[in-house]
Amino acid sequence: MSTVARVLTDEMIEAIKAYIPRYPSKQAVTLPALHIVNDRLRYVPLQAIVEIAEILELAPAQVQDTLSFYGYFKQDKPHGEIRAWVCRSVSCALRGADELLEHMCHKAGLKPGETSANGKLTIEFGECLGACEMAPCILEGEELVADVTHEKADALLAKYK
Amino acid sequence: MAKFEPVLMANMHKADSHTLKVYEAGGGYRGLRKALKEMTPDQVTETVKASGLRGRGGAGFPTGLKWTFLPKNHPGPIYMCINADESEPGTFNNRYLMELDPHQVIEGIILSCYATKAVTAYLYIRVEYPLSRRRLQSAIDECYAAGLLGKNILGTSFSLDIFIHVGAAAYICGEETGLIESLEGKRAWPRIKPPFPAIEGVFRKPTVVNNIETAACVTQIIDRGADWFKTIGVPADPKNPRDPGSYGPKLYCLSGHVNKPGCYEAPLGITCRELINEYGEGIWKGRKGKAAIPGGISMGLLTEAEFDTPLDFAGPGKVGCLGLGTAAVVVMDETVNMVDFLHNSCRFFAHESCGQCTPCREGTHWSLTMLERIKAGKGRLKDLDLLLEIGDSIGIIPGTTICGLSDGAAWPIKNAIRKFRGDFEEYIKRTNPNGYMVTEPVPALLQLGAH
Ligand SMILES: Cc1cc2nc3c(=O)[nH]c(=O)nc-3n(C[C@H](O)[C@H](O)[C@H](O)COP(=O)(O)O)c2cc1C
Ligand code: SF4
Ligand code: FES
Repeated sequence: MSTVARVLTDEMIEAIKAYIPRYPSKQAVTLPALHIVNDRLRYVPLQAIVEIAEILELAPAQVQDTLSFYGYFKQDKPHGEIRAWVCRSVSCALRGADELLEHMCHKAGLKPGETSANGKLTIEFGECLGACEMAPCILEGEELVADVTHEKADALLAKYK
Repeated sequence: MAKFEPVLMANMHKADSHTLKVYEAGGGYRGLRKALKEMTPDQVTETVKASGLRGRGGAGFPTGLKWTFLPKNHPGPIYMCINADESEPGTFNNRYLMELDPHQVIEGIILSCYATKAVTAYLYIRVEYPLSRRRLQSAIDECYAAGLLGKNILGTSFSLDIFIHVGAAAYICGEETGLIESLEGKRAWPRIKPPFPAIEGVFRKPTVVNNIETAACVTQIIDRGADWFKTIGVPADPKNPRDPGSYGPKLYCLSGHVNKPGCYEAPLGITCRELINEYGEGIWKGRKGKAAIPGGISMGLLTEAEFDTPLDFAGPGKVGCLGLGTAAVVVMDETVNMVDFLHNSCRFFAHESCGQCTPCREGTHWSLTMLERIKAGKGRLKDLDLLLEIGDSIGIIPGTTICGLSDGAAWPIKNAIRKFRGDFEEYIKRTNPNGYMVTEPVPALLQLGAH
């Protein structure tokens, strides 16, 4: 029998357990746990699912089912150090969002969802980021970039070259 | 009419408006102190009921009335879920409140929990709002330190915890029972109602789901009184006993082709044209308007001729829109082709359908496929009838689906094709001159029958 190396660190396990008293059910800690792992590993590998399930007394299939519903968590390999979410919904589209996403993907040689070879940047499309007064906009990690021109987009890409 | 003084946004221009110090200096937590000292929970509920406040999350259900649906003398626990998922395209007013005046929101949450006897509030916030999340968390921390949250709030027997719960980029988590399922750690599949959350909600306990702006309104109503709230907005139609009116101030979101997009506070009932001209400083580039979304993309479309529609709870419905929704107005100028708009709308809903109901999952998918085909120059006039058939058959209103996402998908289709049919016909004829009259099934549709 092969043993798989543990992927959750003690720190992650403690962080997950700290959420348990907040809810009357351990299953409610599923999303917080997925975020905790994703924040640190930039993806949630299958082995992490097994370990989260163990902490929350769930079947791994339950945790996997939840993960697979939300497009947010990657499972095959880590996303880039920064994820740039380029909004493609209506207000941004009216101000050039489709062209912006195309421009960025072309310039970076990536398709939405792909990560640059140096591992620094993942370009994603996003649905309405709730910042439509700044259209077209990009959520660059935790920073909102407003009124993005192609020049601003080029400057953003250059940071992760 | 005297110039309207902003209330919900009154604090936002101040430096450090998100801190407890600045909030309290402006009279913050005055209403809460008064309520905990002088009012019973039922009196708070009665005041909110008397104000006529209707939920700001999209459905416009009377807030006080919703609270009274909770079972009486329930042994508890009762839960409050605060909906900060705000993912309806065009909408960003909750973000303004959370980033620039989080204490106004928290005061409203505490008051709402006091009224409903909720012991825990879960604030479900979308993951795309990192600054809102940080501001709320630090405001919550300040409240615990000041005795405004936690055990025995302000020395009374009332205790409350507020926990922030972060979503994972799925629009359906804004639907109240999708939110509840997601909070429980499951896929956000909306539940069949009844039972309504007030009877059986999160963790199978009685639950109230309220929007962020609704909570901020509760703060103002308790501080200033129900009568004050009723001086703003549009009174109930005396000829329609089922109209509860549209009272209070509203945070309108304005975006798209205007000179000054932004979040603006105005009395409920301002017209779309007033909003565009007086707040948005007109359509950009000196162009004319062509259409506007009246309240988030789910609500459908106003034509330019309908811009004088009042944006209250009853207004947009009178011109064939779904409703006021989130009061997020997205303006389109005369250069916009409605084929592009509808493609964008169909793409959104196909991406966000949770997949649980077949009419919604298949209908949103096929409408996107048809719009892609039309955009690719292979459209047929028959497609417009097929699209309308989808639009008329998916949703709670025709009664084929569990939640309102599919009504939201249907309305842009119905309004775009019925109000702007010329755009579609012209586009199809121009881009597919040899095939636009074809009516046989296209191969992709034939394949559907193969299994
Ligand atoms: C598909 C869909 C998405 C929704 N998204 C939100 C949302 O992001 N925020 C919100 O407050 N309400 C949203 N709602 C409405 C909620 O179901 C619910 O009516 C609301 O949160 C109740 O709060 P209120 O009474 O204070 O308005 C959505 C409804 C549907 C059908
Ligand atoms: S209507 Fe659509 S989004 Fe709503 S539950 Fe059914 S499939 Fe899911
Ligand atoms: S449409 Fe792009 S932020 Fe809302």
